[in-house]
Amino acid sequence: MLMSDFGDKITIRRIDAGDLHHVVDLDERVTGQAKPAYWQDILERYATRRLDERFFLIAKAAEAGAEAPVLGFIVGEIRDWEFGSKPCGWIFAFSVEPGTRLQGIGEQLFHAVSEEFKAAGVKTMRTMVGRQNQLHMAFFRSEGMVAGPYIQLEKELED
Amino acid sequence: MQVQKSSQLAIYALIELAADPDRQVSVSEIGEKFRVSAHHLAKVMHTLGRAGLVRSIRGVGGGYSFSGNAKRTTLLDVISLFEDTLSDNNLSDPTNATTAELALFDVMCEIDDIAKATFGAITLSTMLKQMERRGNPTDRATV
Repeated sequence: MLMSDFGDKITIRRIDAGDLHHVVDLDERVTGQAKPAYWQDILERYATRRLDERFFLIAKAAEAGAEAPVLGFIVGEIRDWEFGSKPCGWIFAFSVEPGTRLQGIGEQLFHAVSEEFKAAGVKTMRTMVGRQNQLHMAFFRSEGMVAGPYIQLEKELED
Repeated sequence: MQVQKSSQLAIYALIELAADPDRQVSVSEIGEKFRVSAHHLAKVMHTLGRAGLVRSIRGVGGGYSFSGNAKRTTLLDVISLFEDTLSDNNLSDPTNATTAELALFDVMCEIDDIAKATFGAITLSTMLKQMERRGNPTDRATV
């Protein structure tokens, strides 16, 4: 399959344990940091419990076999009353294989998790993006996300 | 960071043209729509032409058409053509600045950084989608 041939030939589904090493690999290549223990923990928390409000979705080429690489993933959950907010969906992890970007894979993942959030009964979804991360900022903006009613604050902790 | 009138006009014109890249639109037509003088707009269009974002077509029925990449061109790219986006916040006398001046400078820089990140993340294509979501029936630009 050519890189430009994806379109509707993508399957979005919940992650299986056997897919995790692809996610770890993709994340390491994109971020430059290997975090296998972190992803193992995320798998256990977001793919095995409270599945009606936790969503760890992956994208794969539809006709590819079980061992085909993961082309992208998105992880989200419903969070209740954090910061005084009504229950809403949060996306806290998202990545697409660099060689297959701009072909709608991220958009399909985004829409899939949006549908899960809607089905779970929430009316708002949120995420947080680094100011310098233009790629993710531009993507989420293009999907209609705008600045929300909260501002993230932080402080350097002195010794 | 302030968005000057020229930058605003440039963004309006680009949105108008990018909505239908095959369409040629005259300066007077764009000027009429956004209630600005053709003279001012002509200067803006010239700058956009030099940046490769619009193409000028001469002759009867001529005008401008969009020649950029709407998915790649951000509002910050456009604003940068007309004004210095590095920083509007300068301490007039950095070596003798008081702590109050420095504190206000920090706040202004913080706001500036957020503005730049926002403008840098919104492409013309995203603006067209945003217009579509707003669904203003009086708007002539089509997506």
